[in-house]
Amino acid sequence: MTYDVAIVGAGVVGGLIARELSRYELNVALLEKCNDVAMGTTKANSAIVHGGFDAQNGTLKAELNVKGTAMMPELCKKLSVPFKNNGSIVVAFSDSETEHIKVLYERGVKNGVPGLSVIDQAELRRIEPNISDKAVGALLCESAGIVCPYELTIAAVENAVTNGVEFLRNCDVEAITENADGYVLSTSLGDINAKYIINAAGNFSDDLARMVGDDSIQLIPRKGEYYLLDKSVGNLAVHTIFQCPNEMGKGILVTPTVDGNLLIGPTAVNQDSKDDTDTTPAGLKEIVEKALKSVPVVSARNAITSFAGVRAHPTNDDFIIGWCEKSANFLNVAGIESPGLSSAPAIAVFVRDILGEKVELKEKANFVETREEPVRFRHMNDEERAELIKKNPAYGRIVCRCETITEGEIIDAIKAPAGARDVDGVKRRTRAGMGRCQGGFCGSKVVEILARELGVNMNEITKFGGDSKIIYERTK
Amino acid sequence: MLNFDLAVVGGGPAGMAAALKARESGIEKIIVLERAETLGGILEQCIHTGFGLHYFGEELSGPEYAGRFMKLLADTDIVVKTDTMVLDIASDNTVTAVNKKDGLLKINAKAVVLAMGCRERPRGALSIAGCRTSGIMTAGTAQKYVNIDGYMPGHEVVILGSGDIGLIMARRMTLEGAKVKMVCELMPYSGGLTRNIVQCLDDFGIPLKLSCTVVATHGKDRLEGVTIAKVDDKLQPIPGTEEYVPCDTLMLSVGLIPENELSKNAGLELDRVTNGPRVDEYRETEQKGVFACGNVLQVHDLVDYVTEESQIAGLGAAKYIKGEKVTGKCVYTEGINGVRYIVPQRINCETDADVKLYFRVGAVYNNAKIVVECNGNEILSKKKKKLCPGEMEYVTLKQSVISTLPADSKIIVRVEA
Repeated sequence: MTYDVAIVGAGVVGGLIARELSRYELNVALLEKCNDVAMGTTKANSAIVHGGFDAQNGTLKAELNVKGTAMMPELCKKLSVPFKNNGSIVVAFSDSETEHIKVLYERGVKNGVPGLSVIDQAELRRIEPNISDKAVGALLCESAGIVCPYELTIAAVENAVTNGVEFLRNCDVEAITENADGYVLSTSLGDINAKYIINAAGNFSDDLARMVGDDSIQLIPRKGEYYLLDKSVGNLAVHTIFQCPNEMGKGILVTPTVDGNLLIGPTAVNQDSKDDTDTTPAGLKEIVEKALKSVPVVSARNAITSFAGVRAHPTNDDFIIGWCEKSANFLNVAGIESPGLSSAPAIAVFVRDILGEKVELKEKANFVETREEPVRFRHMNDEERAELIKKNPAYGRIVCRCETITEGEIIDAIKAPAGARDVDGVKRRTRAGMGRCQGGFCGSKVVEILARELGVNMNEITKFGGDSKIIYERTK
Repeated sequence: MLNFDLAVVGGGPAGMAAALKARESGIEKIIVLERAETLGGILEQCIHTGFGLHYFGEELSGPEYAGRFMKLLADTDIVVKTDTMVLDIASDNTVTAVNKKDGLLKINAKAVVLAMGCRERPRGALSIAGCRTSGIMTAGTAQKYVNIDGYMPGHEVVILGSGDIGLIMARRMTLEGAKVKMVCELMPYSGGLTRNIVQCLDDFGIPLKLSCTVVATHGKDRLEGVTIAKVDDKLQPIPGTEEYVPCDTLMLSVGLIPENELSKNAGLELDRVTNGPRVDEYRETEQKGVFACGNVLQVHDLVDYVTEESQIAGLGAAKYIKGEKVTGKCVYTEGINGVRYIVPQRINCETDADVKLYFRVGAVYNNAKIVVECNGNEILSKKKKKLCPGEMEYVTLKQSVISTLPADSKIIVRVEA
């Protein structure tokens, strides 16, 4: 079969493009080299829906950020993804920084960001009680928010698959050739034919473009390390708290997450590797030191985990979205660094419109716009719980004690369209293993359930695909 | 709504001993709620021996030790619900639990015993830099894979932390054919029992590296190696001492944390050192009718001591239900000069029996004296050849002495080196 469109990369950008294209009568394949969606930059970033005052006026970043952020609440509602409009503040610690936030304010107004205001120290302390005494004022952005990037991606891909998109995991594109009908993608799953290719390969989008002779995309991998802190300190920050930005990005932030944890980070260090996501002693130290400047009561003692992500920083400092100059039907969506998550809903529409220049987009009659909300036992009251277990006893067994996740929810996550195939996939879909014990108790249970539901042996289950085996052969 | 005299949360050694003691003390309607599929708690995966030397006077395996209590329970009409998770304990001691068969259970109990045990400190709490591959797990998780599921969790192992589970797993993995390269311990002494160091490491030639930690993990999918380094007396890695050790498995045995989510949600204040609820001599918490015992109260070295403590709590709960428990003015305990904490934290002045004060020291002491005093007067002292953080200590206060102490006064326990 020849697909109309092959989207390469199932991060938040590829996922939302897939969902957007699934509205139309097109054969769409979503190719992902890993065992799951959201495995690259998408799973390790600040999870922020930015206001849109950072990017220079007139850039794609500015335009798509403001549009994407405006779309986010409604999109999240349709996809049953938690979104919180907690607002953000950029804190000034000196007169020169106070001047700087005024510049950001002006820029934001020009970019069309709603809900911006400059606030004084007293107001800052009132709305953000744990802020440092040394903070003298802030830029408040009421339209900013927080969303879980992988939950959004999982929901988007699930919805896309429901609407007919084919999700191909462990599908690594090795070469691309052109013929009269379009493209042949040589992949780890064999040859795949497509009339159009959308390059949403994140850090690897430069490599993918090179496969069709396009070497115009210049990316610098930039690592960002984070600490995730326990829910017991999740309320230390109300807003997403930024410091004044510098040439390497928006600096170390302190933010609540939609799940109630506290996230601090990221560092920003350029590196050669596209996939080195190791945390470093120096990076972890830097996070805490800088976060303390904003919120002096933050402590790494409350850390439940640390992680790092690699962002694809484009040397031209703007998103690269458009038809490739070297190959007619190859559409680049590259260099999507921050505010990529915020912009993703708008990027999807923008890409659809570009594709529409060449492809007739005929709306499907039966497009399902919403994704049903997964069962969330922990958010239910006693009556709802009793009712649920009566319908399906699997919801009566708690597997993850820390986060109160039931066996039923884990089975749902495996059986969902584009569902979980590994332990991390279950974790990201259900939160099983995401709590204080970090899977110490439930990890082996999740392995057992995965093996049972997928009909394989326990020792075939991985942490995140590839060689990430959890257990080996039988004991003696 | 189900009505019981006593609801016991947890069916491990603590919960079973408390339930049985309450029954023996005349309590009729008792229910034990256990989240796992079977009673026995963590003992079920502890197939090595060394359990029961103090309590039964013989050496048993974990399942054997638990089995004795299971048998005693089975001979009673104590209601046992396994595969049942307690979700909430309300301020009126109503227990909400859930399982597949009964759905949502509401249990109205006159008294509640908390016996949820403890969990292992995970990697995140240590902030080890590096990769997030598979092959990094707590020693207890590895133990479950080997002893319960029957799978090898790895072949070349480095163990961080010389807690008892780590030591036991060093031997277990070796016996299963894995190569255990070393056990690294951050402190200058081991946190495990001496007998385990001898029997699990020395006997197999596994090196114990003291004042040494893992500073980074390496690998892409599965762990490929770790970097270890020596630490200084402030426990900070010493630059230049790093060493790369190839391995596919890092097991963590770096401490246990009482599992007090339910206690916290019920509004109980936790002791900042033990991370367990603050209790009186019968292990009654600050919430009336709610008792705590076993590793949820304080992490014990030996299950025998868990049993002993849980019997105290079971007896206390029975007295409470029958309206016989003394509750009134108290004296309060405090550990200083090397004594990190004391359990119980308070003692009723009119208590009806002698009281053992349990504690741990913060460093290794040789030929030291433990001194107990109140208002500047020495109540008793005890000479010890060796004191170390890995072994829990106790002193016994006579009821006749307690009754002479003024209400609200402080009983101080300290080490004289």
